[in-house]
Amino acid sequence: MQRIGVFVCWCGTNIAGTVDVVAVAEALKKEPGVVFSANYQYMCSQAGQDLIKAAVKEHNLTGIVVCSCSPRMHEATFRKTAAAAGLNPYMVEIANIREQCSWVHKDVPTGTEKAIILGKAAVAKVNLNVPLTPGESPVTKRALVIGGGIAGIQTALDIADAGFEVDIVEKKPTIGGKMAQLDKTFPTLDCAACILTPKMVDVAQNEKIRIFSYSEVTEVKGFVGNFDVTIKKKARYVKEELCTGCGACTEKCPMKKVPNDFNLNMDTKRAIYIPFAQAVPKVATIDADYCNMLKNGKCGVCSKVCAAGAIDYTQKDEFISEKYGAIVVATGFNPISMDKFDEFAYNQSKDVITSLEFERLTNAAGPTAGKLLRPSDGKHPEKIVFVQCVGSRCDACNEKGKEYCSKICCMYTAKHAMLTRDKYPDTDVTVFYIDVRTPGKNFDEFYRRAVEEYGVHYIKGMVGKVIPDGEKLIVQASDLIAGKQLKIDADLVVLAAAIEPDKSARPLATMLTASMDTNDFFTEAHPKLRPVESPTAGVFLSGACQGPKDIPETVAQAGAAASKVIGLLAKDKLTGNPCVAQSNEMMCNGCSTCERVCPYGAITYEDKEFRMPDRSTLIRRVASVNPAVCQGCGCCTVACPSGAMDLKGFASEQIIAEVDAICK
Amino acid sequence: MQVKEYKPLIVAFCCNWCSYAGADLAGNNRLNYPADVKIIRVPCSCRVNPTFVLRAFQRGADGVILCGCHPGDCHYTSGNYYTRRRMALLFSMLDYLGIERERTRVEWVSAAEGAKFAATMNDFAEKVAALGENKRLEDLRCKK
Amino acid sequence: MQKINRNVLVEKAVSLLENGTVCCVLGWKKGEFDYDITPAVFTTKEDIEANFVFDDFCGANFSKYLVQKTRKAEGKILVFLKSCDTYSFNQLLTEHRFDREKVYAVGIPCEGMVDINKIRAISGEGISSVECGEKITVNTIYDEKFEINASDVLLERCESCKSKLHVAYDELIGEEGEVLESNRFDEVAKLEAMTPDERFAFWQSELSKCIRCNACRDVCPACTCEKCVFDNPKSGVENKAPANEFEEKMFHIIRAFHVAGRCTDCGECSRVCPQHIPLHLLNRKFIKDINEFYGDYQAGAEVGSRAPLANYTTGDIEPSEVFDGRGE
Repeated sequence: MQRIGVFVCWCGTNIAGTVDVVAVAEALKKEPGVVFSANYQYMCSQAGQDLIKAAVKEHNLTGIVVCSCSPRMHEATFRKTAAAAGLNPYMVEIANIREQCSWVHKDVPTGTEKAIILGKAAVAKVNLNVPLTPGESPVTKRALVIGGGIAGIQTALDIADAGFEVDIVEKKPTIGGKMAQLDKTFPTLDCAACILTPKMVDVAQNEKIRIFSYSEVTEVKGFVGNFDVTIKKKARYVKEELCTGCGACTEKCPMKKVPNDFNLNMDTKRAIYIPFAQAVPKVATIDADYCNMLKNGKCGVCSKVCAAGAIDYTQKDEFISEKYGAIVVATGFNPISMDKFDEFAYNQSKDVITSLEFERLTNAAGPTAGKLLRPSDGKHPEKIVFVQCVGSRCDACNEKGKEYCSKICCMYTAKHAMLTRDKYPDTDVTVFYIDVRTPGKNFDEFYRRAVEEYGVHYIKGMVGKVIPDGEKLIVQASDLIAGKQLKIDADLVVLAAAIEPDKSARPLATMLTASMDTNDFFTEAHPKLRPVESPTAGVFLSGACQGPKDIPETVAQAGAAASKVIGLLAKDKLTGNPCVAQSNEMMCNGCSTCERVCPYGAITYEDKEFRMPDRSTLIRRVASVNPAVCQGCGCCTVACPSGAMDLKGFASEQIIAEVDAICK
Repeated sequence: MQVKEYKPLIVAFCCNWCSYAGADLAGNNRLNYPADVKIIRVPCSCRVNPTFVLRAFQRGADGVILCGCHPGDCHYTSGNYYTRRRMALLFSMLDYLGIERERTRVEWVSAAEGAKFAATMNDFAEKVAALGENKRLEDLRCKK
Repeated sequence: MQKINRNVLVEKAVSLLENGTVCCVLGWKKGEFDYDITPAVFTTKEDIEANFVFDDFCGANFSKYLVQKTRKAEGKILVFLKSCDTYSFNQLLTEHRFDREKVYAVGIPCEGMVDINKIRAISGEGISSVECGEKITVNTIYDEKFEINASDVLLERCESCKSKLHVAYDELIGEEGEVLESNRFDEVAKLEAMTPDERFAFWQSELSKCIRCNACRDVCPACTCEKCVFDNPKSGVENKAPANEFEEKMFHIIRAFHVAGRCTDCGECSRVCPQHIPLHLLNRKFIKDINEFYGDYQAGAEVGSRAPLANYTTGDIEPSEVFDGRGE
């Protein structure tokens, strides 16, 4: 039996004005388990807390009920008081007789009657309270960043800067991501490579950062502070530690017809390649699908020309296991495939290109060395049409596009249009748009410059069809403002393709038990207040994997994610919330229902041996909750058909006791 | 014989993060609602087992209301979506058994909606009071 | 009558037992009366040949027995599954309630099982013997003889059979059937169309018949909990006998809710209820609501499917909208 002390607070006249506090204290004295009751002007004051502490000692109290303001206000205060008096802090319950009683009811009899009932409910609950201790778990002081684009790079640099070790896993042979493929960046028009490549070098040179390029995460186990991750280092057939990146092999390789994905397959590369000059790590990689030596054992040129002896045709995929305390997802985005958008003739004409392809066409390191030439015949395009919102902001019923706004297209299209007009003033540039969205620092000014200074034609309306006609493309579109149909011819059509999360994100989310929305963007723990954390503890989000973002936003989010990681890694131990779910193994059916509803992946199943009454043993599948991961929502407790799952601090028995006390 | 004035008894389960805070806000703004409403704090609306609802009726409650974060705003990301399904089915079943529909309700109340909380409770209490005592899901042994 | 002869099943059982594929056989045998066919475990050829029964009274669904039997069996268990039973079988697999490797499932065709109560309604009390043939021959202790068409006295669940398709088996005897257009929700719809007062009166009178024998729970293939909440003092709903009207309702509401989304509508609860309470109307209400609110879902149709109550979409119907368009 508990020995409960009841402490009724006046809160000056806040409570005492409408509640007869003396009567409440008297009435609650008669409740089962209550051995002491008192009232005082301000329970939360030092004097009030001392009163509680003295009563705990004097009356050997095992539980405390404070009838006062909302637990959201002072539950923590009174828990500390209890702890100071040597009680377990979770033996305290608050009856909210201010916000939910004295402040909403006008007359004293009503207020008093309700306060007594609320007090009784709290007493009934404390009678069933048990001391709870938060679990502790150690923290591995190393972070994993998945994805080596600008988001991953910035996150890794910031974490390393705070003195923690970081590993970057990048599936491509080099870090850099999409930003490395860009030419200039809006709205300042500084060149992407000029601001990105120094950061890539910083990463390479940082002692705290390791890069696993051409690698993928294949397995994630564990939980916040204690993740066990398996990384697959794909065979690149080049010994990374020996390769100097001299490039001799990439010049001599006889296999020249390998599509160059870095240039979006607009030109070719060799079967052994370094994606671009500033690649990090600057190490060659052999494309096994094209290398003759690997395919049929006939060649070996690269091995002969390599002075460092770095070529290794027998290299195998390598699996590395590593422990991490935190994981940052920075898997980024891709433009959607244009295969389903036949109306724009993307697959019919080489001169219909996506914006990212246009980016490569204007890049000095691109397939045309920066000269804007038509992919079909290498001629200068005199009329260019840009089409906005291709696959963005589509109707929900439209299966080929996305419902959301891809956010970056308005600005990069303005940039493309402006740069084209700047470099080739004789070129006629038209942009078809639904809306121009420019909410960013200096964004609208930038767009207006494109229109006003550079004479880019902006036409509100969608392009209905692009028809290849000899050397020309005929663009059929509507002009919504003039209210007429247009038919204009163009030499080049550039489609602002919607962006979508990288395809690797979905399987990764499954591994991490991190949640995703229907578009495969990672879900944040709270859309406003915890935008860089995943609901799964210890998993953080950086960049476009969480939603479409431009570079400044990505970098800001990357830094925010890093600071959250640093906050986690700075701790030696994690103290959990003790109000977590717990499974009664004797009652558990092993049905997996709780596992399915848990938003945190806190529940796992294991086969456990049970001694039966007849001394035989029985192996049964039972649920177990990881208290470090469980956040205590209690969803599993209701999903569980047998009632084996219960929530500490909010146990079924306790809630039922409250119901009974209220309804008595 | 003295006839006692009928006052309905209403049990309100409120999630800690939104609705309980919304109720606190109603208090902060001194917005009245009947004292017949008694709040039980749960971490999330999804903690509310149908058993608790039936238990309340058994012990003499005349109405039971669940309040949680708005769909999409759940502190635990998805708890209230499960609540929504569970209670939609449970209430539909109670209706099927002939229990008055107005005795049960789910309402989404955010921490900023003190006024909505008070208005909801006023409305609910009024509707329940109009129905009179709960006679269809009562346990006579639990009567005072 | 059943298209498949008892001897075919006996032969199958004996051969699988003799060649060591299985170590025991879950089948039917005669109980105290001819119509009182009960589940049994056979371990010998002799026992099977002498006592194995398959006729129009073999309604019992064996799926649930596998939970306990597979735990103890040394080898595989042979189980005969009618099409409706296979859904329960899959649902239990979805919930990891038994080891599939320890079962050899033989799907068997079923022409519908009969309801002894419907026969009694024709013959009156005092049935002394029943013989299943082309027609069902019933003799009474009053020396009366009745010849009844099985199709006239089918169990309610067989009248409104939802599927002749076997969704799980290792081996199928006879021809495969298909999912049927069923009118099984008509009764529920009728109740829904009543006024609340009428509904209350209906259920009050039905549920007050409950004697809390727990037969519905004990036979239910979805009720396989290690410990039932009604036996658990901490659950808040524990009770052993219905002391009053509330507890009758409480038991049946909670029981139906616990199996909501997991109930395959096998109809065993109604079949075994000694008080003839139409318990399937509670389960079917949940199934009908689930289908209407969240899209068609058949529990057990595939292993691993996510039960509707362990799932959600952001656009789900609000509890307040449930009654919209339902009048009153």
